[in-house]
Amino acid sequence: MSILVFIEHRDGVINKTSFEAIAAAQVLGADLQQDVSAVVVGNGVHGVAEQVSGYSLAKVVCAENEKLAEYTPDGYTYAMESVIRSLNPEYVIMPHTYLVRDYAPKLAARFGKAMISDCIRAKVADGKVTFTRRIFLGKIDADVTSDSEAPLFATFQSGAYRGDQAAIGSSAAPIDTMQVEVGEVRMKPEAPFQEVKQAVDLTKAEVIVAIGRGIKSKDNIQLAEKLAEALGGDIAASRPICDAEWLPIDRQIGSSGQTVAPKLYIALGISGAIQHLVGMKNAGTIVAINKDPEAPIFDIADYGIVGDLFEAVPVMTEEIKKLKD
Amino acid sequence: MKIVVMMKQVANKDAILRINKDATWIDEGDLSFEVNESDGYALEEALRLKEKHGGEVVVCSMGPQRVKTVIKDALARGADRAIHVVGDNLQHVSPYSAAGILAEAVREEQPDLVMTGLQSDDYGYAQTGVIMAELLGIPHATIVIEIDASGEGLRVKRELESGWYQWYAMTKPALLTIQSGISQIRYATLKGIMAAKKKEIREVTPSAETIARPSQQHIKKIYLPEKTKQTQFLGNGDAKAGAVALVEKLHNEARVI
Repeated sequence: MSILVFIEHRDGVINKTSFEAIAAAQVLGADLQQDVSAVVVGNGVHGVAEQVSGYSLAKVVCAENEKLAEYTPDGYTYAMESVIRSLNPEYVIMPHTYLVRDYAPKLAARFGKAMISDCIRAKVADGKVTFTRRIFLGKIDADVTSDSEAPLFATFQSGAYRGDQAAIGSSAAPIDTMQVEVGEVRMKPEAPFQEVKQAVDLTKAEVIVAIGRGIKSKDNIQLAEKLAEALGGDIAASRPICDAEWLPIDRQIGSSGQTVAPKLYIALGISGAIQHLVGMKNAGTIVAINKDPEAPIFDIADYGIVGDLFEAVPVMTEEIKKLKD
Repeated sequence: MKIVVMMKQVANKDAILRINKDATWIDEGDLSFEVNESDGYALEEALRLKEKHGGEVVVCSMGPQRVKTVIKDALARGADRAIHVVGDNLQHVSPYSAAGILAEAVREEQPDLVMTGLQSDDYGYAQTGVIMAELLGIPHATIVIEIDASGEGLRVKRELESGWYQWYAMTKPALLTIQSGISQIRYATLKGIMAAKKKEIREVTPSAETIARPSQQHIKKIYLPEKTKQTQFLGNGDAKAGAVALVEKLHNEARVI
């Protein structure tokens, strides 16, 4: 029995949650004493496979077909179905990304089942895996087991495992290329685009300064921007700020925005509604500055300042500049 | 164009959730319910498409009699009629079983479009819509934020991650899962509420075959997330002193700057 981990990429660039999925699969593989192999889907993706072949993996499979040049849920479902039928893994591990959410339920349905989706951890006892998922938008955790036949599909939330802890192999894993059959693809994707020019991928940011209602007006955002600049970080926001169009939607963190796990997350005037917390709770160090000592953001903060952010932020910016000089 | 909108009733977002005695679910005794957020947007988009292109909007909801509240509200907002898949424990079936039951309930309607929210706010599986599309044999697109149905087929704008978007051209019939917040949801008018009273709500029960599908995933227990962090409060009420102490801690203790 073995574990198959899905590597997501776009135009040859690997989504960093794929490395987290490798780490998750390796932990499970060690506990279950099962080999871990990876699969890359596309057209001419040997180069992508090479980027992961250095990890401790039994092999990397390239599922190739010219219809897979661009992602479509139909194409990826056919490709993954045929890889899984050929390798017969016991577990298929994937990152819980928008792309996986788009095709993987369809894939699981081909095997007469659903996935155990959006897991935050998995523990092995007596050869059986207990997955933990967040339910009710993060308010409650649920331990879930499955008694279905292999394959079992599970997706892991961004930040559940650390990509930098994925084990490197002693030698490069062999790369197998499989020409897979792809049936009818019923959707035609047009080229992806960004709505705003300076759109950033906050999922890759190391430092994020996020603002919430407490910032009070659009004019005050420059305070937070100066702090972000001093830290070499990105500015982000909770939903009300983006709904008010004080910042573009691509700066939104939370269940309807991006899910991030930077090294440092500074929440300014954010109360910490669960819809926001689900998007940033896996950050390394969390700082919260809020007037309300009962604000839920303090439940997950490492450092807190109860007080006026308009007093604290300029001082922080100055202190950081001093450090960097 | 005939559009079926799948709508789920979930616990109210602001409700205090109490874990039940067996720790298998929340206590629903005195819980208040509302429509799942993104399903509300799915209905709104369906109503707008109908206004533009004509046709019919049918809502479909599954669960005990209490889900009638969601159905009646949708009818009051402008949906034409409804299908209620009745059953006491249907809200707890796995996404694969749910999709099977719902596909069976809407199949004979032969809709041009099936619309759902992108995920439920309770179980949060984010799968039922996509599996329905597979079982109905129709293409799907998820996390849709704009729909152009003016042509022969469909063009839908999907949200990708990190501020990226993409248009897809698709054939009809199709299933779309809708992102929250993409439009302003209308309120039911008094006229709408009155009109809704005359609209058809057809009750159906799942076939023995779909209901018998094994669940495959079982909740062993639910619990409040463990609090892993002990917050260090700095400044003792003095925000400026706190800021100085904070930068020092971030530099020397957390070593993140």
